[in-house]
Amino acid sequence: MDLTRRDALVHLATLLGATVVGPRLAAAPIGSMQAHGFSAEEIALLDEIGDTIIPDTDVPGARAVGIGEFLAMMIADCYEPAEQQRLRAGIADIAARYKQRYGGSFVGGPSADRTALLNELDREQREHHAALPPDGDPHYFRILKELTILGYFSSEIGATQALRYLEVPGRYEPDVPYTRGDRAWFN
Amino acid sequence: MSAQTYDAIVVGSGISGGWAAKELTERGLRVLLLERGRNVEHIKDYPNALKGPWEIPHRGRVPIALREKHPVLRRDYVLNEVNYDWWAHEDQHPYIEIKPFDWFRGYHVGGRSLTWGRQSYRWSDIDFEANAREGIAVDWPIRYKDIAPWYDHVERFAGISGSLERLEQLPDGEFLPPMPLNVAEQHVADGIRKAFNDQRRMIPGRVANLSRPHNGRSGCQYRNKCSAGCPWGAYFSTQSATLPAAMATGRLTLRPHSIVTRVLYDRDRKRATGVEVLDAETRQTVEFAARVVFLCASALNSTWILMNSATDVWPDGLGSSSGELGHNVMDHHFRVGATGRIEGFDDRIVFGRRPTGFYIPRFRNVHGDRREYLRGFGYQGSASRLGWAREVAELGVGEPLKEELREPGPWTIGMTGFGEILPYHENRIRLDRTVTDAWGLPVLAMDCEIRENEQKMRQDMMNDAAEMLEAAGCRDVQTTNTGYNFGRGIHEMGTARMGRDPKTSVLNAFNQVWDAPNVFVTDGACMTSASCVNPSLTYMALTARAAAYAVEELRRGNL
Repeated sequence: MDLTRRDALVHLATLLGATVVGPRLAAAPIGSMQAHGFSAEEIALLDEIGDTIIPDTDVPGARAVGIGEFLAMMIADCYEPAEQQRLRAGIADIAARYKQRYGGSFVGGPSADRTALLNELDREQREHHAALPPDGDPHYFRILKELTILGYFSSEIGATQALRYLEVPGRYEPDVPYTRGDRAWFN
Repeated sequence: MSAQTYDAIVVGSGISGGWAAKELTERGLRVLLLERGRNVEHIKDYPNALKGPWEIPHRGRVPIALREKHPVLRRDYVLNEVNYDWWAHEDQHPYIEIKPFDWFRGYHVGGRSLTWGRQSYRWSDIDFEANAREGIAVDWPIRYKDIAPWYDHVERFAGISGSLERLEQLPDGEFLPPMPLNVAEQHVADGIRKAFNDQRRMIPGRVANLSRPHNGRSGCQYRNKCSAGCPWGAYFSTQSATLPAAMATGRLTLRPHSIVTRVLYDRDRKRATGVEVLDAETRQTVEFAARVVFLCASALNSTWILMNSATDVWPDGLGSSSGELGHNVMDHHFRVGATGRIEGFDDRIVFGRRPTGFYIPRFRNVHGDRREYLRGFGYQGSASRLGWAREVAELGVGEPLKEELREPGPWTIGMTGFGEILPYHENRIRLDRTVTDAWGLPVLAMDCEIRENEQKMRQDMMNDAAEMLEAAGCRDVQTTNTGYNFGRGIHEMGTARMGRDPKTSVLNAFNQVWDAPNVFVTDGACMTSASCVNPSLTYMALTARAAAYAVEELRRGNL
């Protein structure tokens, strides 16, 4: 991702109220980096959570870009231990809630049930953030959703199939017609 | 000891040093170009230039381990996985913050010419006359007419894309075609022009990116990945422009890993004889001799070298006789402005990734406008359609969310002011020998802050931005103020100012150290005031001017 200084500034400035749930400055040492510290079962669960947020359609969904491993890496590398704990507890809670409500495993469960549960969590996180004090902790599901969107759209499939991407545009046109339904360019 | 001898030594290979090397070699001198860091070869050493976003491991986020290693760099975008090696690491290169100071440095061949924002603006006489008019600090020893031909000279070579505007406060130059405003920016520009009777104007950013092929370099490919290095050489850098020109003369020697520790000084002749170098790899000390020395090590580091030199003659360093060496530190304060949404262009989009945005030239305290503070500010920003990272709360998760994010979002606009900081004598750096860097060298201690004039200006920078966006019909206009630490603008200036009197300045009108006239300082250190425009183009022009003068003076036998 390119990060020229003016772009970074303007990008931040134009998020217009969207809360950026980024990693927080931490003084604590990082935890184990080995296999990002996640089990195969946890990666499979993360894959299914990611693929429920961004499912397969006419272009592949988040599982196809390896979202489980991406989420594990991001959680392990970019969040301090306390945040990692809350995220992992949240991920486990998704599986537990699903089991309690639908009686089976989230991984491999019907898409409608998985989507219903995550939509409920999404409403929860929105309510949580609407009332969040400045120093409050972000809701774990908001972080998972944002990381999934990041990992998906910045992947090769996301940038070149879900969106449009040219490594070398070669020219600049400041005013081009756009019709609803046309894919956005990855910037 | 047999020192190796050259006609000229240039210290530092960034924007200023590259220009000094080019001009001096092209004028016939044999030049040694010293760079404290490693070499970076054009194209070959741009490892991330052609990578897709998916090849950057954390996709623009910064791992905690990296943040912990870099308590200074993590304060801004400079800590990232794209050009991590192009920012000096504070563990090897510490400094002392008596007051908060963000110091983002490039210690490698090319310096910050590889990573700069490329915005390129001329100063006007409004800037050069300001100190004298207002009784601030000392008068500049030059005026616009002295530097104008040199702006022409450096613009023709570097290639600056921009529009002709006929503004007194922002003189036009020798421009390539502008990189135009996009459709939504043009709409806002039209609205501002009308609402403010053409007293405020939004123009295409003037930028050192080639809008067409120029001097053997390719035109911009509109990738907007400049900060990873450009394999097309389409933006001005030492590597793309000045270094190949200097090399082509056959008279340039480039020596990386060469930390200049002091200027060698002959007290009888009152001239520098060369420099002492600490080889960063072997840790051996080497001396090089030359008839002239150009210090272009970046503002604060050129002053560091002076402070560490000739201390047996002047305890506070070479060029310290006025008492001004290390004083009058400046930067541009920013990160205050406004954002908004632009309606009516949902059926428009852009093609390509333009490497610049818009500029709003200074309109405060010019043309009869009078505020409760001195000087002024300009704005930089851009309009674009929000991308996939935007919030679409109502859509939850699943296919509706995915499909929505595959389309561009609403048009938004954002801008930040860049304001002038006055040259306060109290804002200073000094050499601290109690702390040393990885080579055992003393470090700088920074004691700088913005004051009442800048704080008052920031109110206008915030409110004027919102006022203009509202006047142009933008919706949801919000002001922003994300705070400023000294140095954050990465426009460090001052500490060895030019002037008319050796009692009150370090350098004369041709950037010569009063106390050693064969030592020239032509980077940001020389600045007597700061203007509000990005400074690099002015360093280029001052460097080229001083280099031409040095060669003439050598021929006349005056150096």
